[in-house]
Amino acid sequence: MAPGARPIHPLVVRITHWINAFAIACMILSGWRIFDASPLFDFEIPHWATLGGWLGGALAWHFAAMWLLVGNGIVYLAYGFVSGHFGRHFRPLDLKEVRRDLAAALRLRLAHTPGAYNAVQRLAYVTVLALICAAVLSGLAVWKPVQFHALAALMGDYEGARRVHFAAMCGIVGFIVVHLALVALVPKTLLPMIFERAAGPARAVEVLR
Amino acid sequence: MNLKSHKRNLEPELRSLERRSFLRKGLSLGALVLLGGCDLTDDDATDRLLGRMSRWNDKVQAALFDPARLAPTFPESAITQPFPFNAFYPESRAPRIDTASWRLELSGRIADKRPWSLAELRMLPHASQVTRHICVEGWSAIGKWAGVPFRTFLERVGADLRAPYVGFRCADDYYSSIDMATALHPQTLLALDWREEALPPKYGSPLKLRAPTKLGFKNPKHITAIFVTNDYPGGYWEDQGYNWFSGS
Repeated sequence: MAPGARPIHPLVVRITHWINAFAIACMILSGWRIFDASPLFDFEIPHWATLGGWLGGALAWHFAAMWLLVGNGIVYLAYGFVSGHFGRHFRPLDLKEVRRDLAAALRLRLAHTPGAYNAVQRLAYVTVLALICAAVLSGLAVWKPVQFHALAALMGDYEGARRVHFAAMCGIVGFIVVHLALVALVPKTLLPMIFERAAGPARAVEVLR
Repeated sequence: MNLKSHKRNLEPELRSLERRSFLRKGLSLGALVLLGGCDLTDDDATDRLLGRMSRWNDKVQAALFDPARLAPTFPESAITQPFPFNAFYPESRAPRIDTASWRLELSGRIADKRPWSLAELRMLPHASQVTRHICVEGWSAIGKWAGVPFRTFLERVGADLRAPYVGFRCADDYYSSIDMATALHPQTLLALDWREEALPPKYGSPLKLRAPTKLGFKNPKHITAIFVTNDYPGGYWEDQGYNWFSGS
């Protein structure tokens, strides 16, 4: 990479992305097995799609992976705010731009510029970060409804927090489905999340804006 | 909670009793997808890691536990009806204990190990509560229990309150243990009554522990013996992999 060039994804982002991917997979798959022990709604997740084998195993995975999720998440958020990564990539969050880019994307007319996020991506990434935060907070409320009673009360006590936790999971799963589908559609986006690749020239970004 | 689906789900949980390891039967597709290519497919290594994390979570929960923080209480109108039966056996097999001959045995780090009859326990101070029972499976239900504050009892029998563990043995071969801080919590009761009447067999006759700061499986029913100890006593589910502290 040329000196002074900015990588498409900084090293911290690439590392935390993959640790997060692993932690989220552990949390969701073990969470589905925990859900099956006493389904909130009238369906069950097929056991073959879950992690942990039985309730005790799934709980052990869930309460181990939560530390990875939260520890990694704190590193990522601190980096994002302190380095200016969030400011550079997630702003502005303008609804008009989202509408415009979403319409273009649905007609498959939205150009992809490595290293620059369009408005739909910005909204999606900020939303999934918020959903993960909601999942963690509601998870804390479900885990410790007495010690963190104020937090649980915000969500309608223990049973309310369970529903918030489930809804946050659904939102995250929805994001993952679209995220993976888009990576499959535009596979060139995958390698820069693994290896260091320089972003394209800055003017390519500005043409899009 | 959804009673119907809960009942439907009890059976798989019963079958899971045979599983002594987190992963013995547990390498589902989800696990294989996650672990493919890693070294974690070795069951023993994964079990050890998960076990270490669970013990770490015990410490974190003990640190988070505020001995003065009370579990939320509810009006009697909030009591769940019917309150679910839950155990590792069907309701028909809940032990029926002759309450007249029943005695509570004491052992371990307790000064006065004289056994207690029900009539003697009923002479001690009483407290009642309407609190939420949260099952490790996820469902919850609100119930009303009354009995002797456990702290009062432990002080009365001269238990070593600096010992870390209080263990329980039960007439249904269940056993469990809790930390001393929880044992001394103001809402932890040796419950004798369900609503206004003596505990029926399905809810743990004649004596159960009611600790609203713990998950349901840490509230043993049909207690026959209590001991105070410095050595980790484990528990029926805990020995199979459920987290020991399991506080709320």
